[in-house]
Amino acid sequence: MEYYGGVNDETLRPPTVWYTDRVEINMHMVVLTKGVPDFREGKVSFDEDGHLERGKTPTVMNPNDKIALRAALQTKVKHGGTVSLMSMGPPGYKEILQEGMREVYADDLYLFSDREMGAADTWATAMTVATGIEKLGEEPDIIFAGFKTADGETGHTGPQTNWCLDINENMTDRPLITHVISLDIDEDEGIVRAKRLVEGDVSEIETIEAELPAFVVTDPEFVANYRRAEYRLRYRDLREETQERAANLDLDEDVTVWNHEDLNLDPDFIGLDGSPTIVAGVDPIPKGPSEREAQMITPDDQEGMEAVLEEMQQFVAGD
Amino acid sequence: MTDEYEHYEAVVVGAGPGGAAAAAALAKQGVETLVLERGTEAGSKNVSGGLIYAEKSAPYTIDSLFPDFREEAAERPVGEYYMHNIAGEKVKTFDLNKIHHHDTEWCDAVLRRHMDSWLADQVHELTRETGGGLLTDVRVNGLLREGGQIVGVTCDELDPIRADVIVAADGVNSELARDAGLMDWEDPEEWFQGVKAVVEMDPEVINDRFDVSPEEGVAHLFGGDLFQNVRGGGFLYTNEGSLSIGTVFHLDSLADERAEPHELLDSLLTHPLLDQWFQGEYDEREYAAKLVPDSKKVAHPSPHRGRLLLVGDAAGQMQAQGPIIKGMNHAVTAGGLAAEAYQEAKTRGQPEAAGALYEQKLEDEGVMKQLRPQRYRVTRFVSESPPVNWLGEKVLNSRVGGVGIKAFGGLLERSFNSPFVLGMAPDTKLTYVTAPARIGEVLGTPVTAENDIEPPELDDRIGDLTYNVGDPHIEVLDDSFEASGLAVTACPVSAKGFGGGCYREETVQTNGSTERKVSLDTQPCVECGTCAIVADTHWEHPSGGKGVEYKQG
Repeated sequence: MEYYGGVNDETLRPPTVWYTDRVEINMHMVVLTKGVPDFREGKVSFDEDGHLERGKTPTVMNPNDKIALRAALQTKVKHGGTVSLMSMGPPGYKEILQEGMREVYADDLYLFSDREMGAADTWATAMTVATGIEKLGEEPDIIFAGFKTADGETGHTGPQTNWCLDINENMTDRPLITHVISLDIDEDEGIVRAKRLVEGDVSEIETIEAELPAFVVTDPEFVANYRRAEYRLRYRDLREETQERAANLDLDEDVTVWNHEDLNLDPDFIGLDGSPTIVAGVDPIPKGPSEREAQMITPDDQEGMEAVLEEMQQFVAGD
Repeated sequence: MTDEYEHYEAVVVGAGPGGAAAAAALAKQGVETLVLERGTEAGSKNVSGGLIYAEKSAPYTIDSLFPDFREEAAERPVGEYYMHNIAGEKVKTFDLNKIHHHDTEWCDAVLRRHMDSWLADQVHELTRETGGGLLTDVRVNGLLREGGQIVGVTCDELDPIRADVIVAADGVNSELARDAGLMDWEDPEEWFQGVKAVVEMDPEVINDRFDVSPEEGVAHLFGGDLFQNVRGGGFLYTNEGSLSIGTVFHLDSLADERAEPHELLDSLLTHPLLDQWFQGEYDEREYAAKLVPDSKKVAHPSPHRGRLLLVGDAAGQMQAQGPIIKGMNHAVTAGGLAAEAYQEAKTRGQPEAAGALYEQKLEDEGVMKQLRPQRYRVTRFVSESPPVNWLGEKVLNSRVGGVGIKAFGGLLERSFNSPFVLGMAPDTKLTYVTAPARIGEVLGTPVTAENDIEPPELDDRIGDLTYNVGDPHIEVLDDSFEASGLAVTACPVSAKGFGGGCYREETVQTNGSTERKVSLDTQPCVECGTCAIVADTHWEHPSGGKGVEYKQG
């Protein structure tokens, strides 16, 4: 058998002959993502009233969306194909998409962006995103979304996007599978086989089968599985190839940006104007009242430290 | 979806120099080769004293397989080699350049994390072109058998994999060699234990204090009475910006004397002789330990079974030529020969004959002669016998012996430089302790310097290591002190009265009587394998990517 037909040493790009011994079905996957404030300790910044300081808090890819990307990557590694990463938001989100390429090896990056799309609720967002997916031309085999965004926490946008696709006469109705914790594609049958948490309950797991194309929402418990060496080798190739591509990405050239005109969307049905949701108000999470008096003791204060040890002694003894 | 096991023509287990050599040689022959390494990066599980030789007579050297090796992966070339015979503060230095340069094309100091990870990158590129490649974080845990025949390997992280040939280069604690029944962990006499500190030192300071140019390095060995009568010695090698300083002892002696390995290392580090290099400064980057097989006793004469070929430490191919220790070069040669043997056997249409052919090549190329010198086999029954050693000790320690050492000092230095004499040097206290100490005492001059450096305590040494803690991988089968108590002292990360190590001695009250027991916490384990030999354990490696991660090695 001839491997690496004609590929010279300088090219690390993996050859397509990888797939010679298998049916190449070349899956096209779309992953939806959103930029959210980085809520990790040390990154996030709140003002005195407990309101998030957007300007001082960096924006990162919604952590749950990375899990969705991992599910797409697993499918790509095992079955071949491409992963398109899509987001709606300000031009700065291009860096979020780049992060998705660098860390989770997405292939193509799409951003839906202009002022008319701003301040959209989940409904208007779903409408915009579904239109973007339609504009791709060919229908993706699987659309992936993560479970909830770290800021909005609604968990609506994924399923609503699927609903918008359903009502679109040009698109195939696709089954929606949520809370997916593991995923396999049966190439011969053209089905997706998934394990999912029933009602998001960790103790109850069901296995379901659905026909492709499908819409998959991953659960935070999702684990990619690569039990064959060939998968891990391909994964390693992808990592080397896409990380290099992400590092050399030209954000102006290599991210496809579509505005509402490109998508042929009526401004009245997108953005703030197209959002039926009314936000009545936002309350900061109140700090829990402290029930006990705290007394500060420095380690140099010998008497104080002795008192602390004395206090602790009863617990050490198990009383 | 498929339930079929994967198949690769060759599977190489372990990405040290032996595995890298085998994989590179296989890939260059166009054999589809998969390399599985359990460390999170190649080299993260590896420790060696730090000298790699390229021998003129060897059919394979690391730079013949990897041309940029010396430039990219090695530290300093080591041109000078000295042995210090120590008696108290008296030291007599012998020049061992002759034996060091005997059959030596070149010799470089190396640090294994850097060296092995560089090798692994080359190996991945070579093997990927054959349809295989190199994977880290995968622990091969045993052999796949069908109808009693070895047909592949089983792993923690992957489904079983079939292969036409399996090269086990999985190190001194090879689980595959044991699974195949080719090696065991029974006898402490067959092993050495090495511990090492990598010590930070600016390249310019090294040049200055060791009197070498930036492109030169030096090796120093230490023997005599500074190691509490434990049989073995110390070494110091110069790297680019650090020193590798360590001690190597016979495991039986170390265990019997109840010596603490880290304390013996400290005895060397704090000896006045080393003040000329430290000059009061000491910054330890890493503490490490490893078992070393004594090829004279354990190099397997027939290191194969079915499709399985053992290479390097896994086959006991570690030559202690008196004070000079050669391991990595033999692993490289063996790896190359294993690949060659498989390719030839395949060409003849008898791939199953690869093992026998490999054995033949080890013999024909003179590797086995170096690993198990006939002279040692012939003379050991006499030279290691108690009466002869008693007599030797008496003579050496007598006035007559002292006169002899004085008269024949030059001859002694020459015999240390003779591969012939070293090949039959007996493994006794006479060779390792009495002789160097007597030489130091009779011929030596006192070192007046004061070495006041303070090496880190054991808990700091453990604390400075990186661990990715997984499930416990060692189980004590018999926790009585009689069965497993030796581990408390012999384990390089345990010590008597120290609670932060692997093994602890405990007194348990049962029905009015007290029992001495041993308890184990595998969290600080450095995976050296000492306790597999001196204690009653079920010993496995941690899963891929788990356990200790050496940054220097």
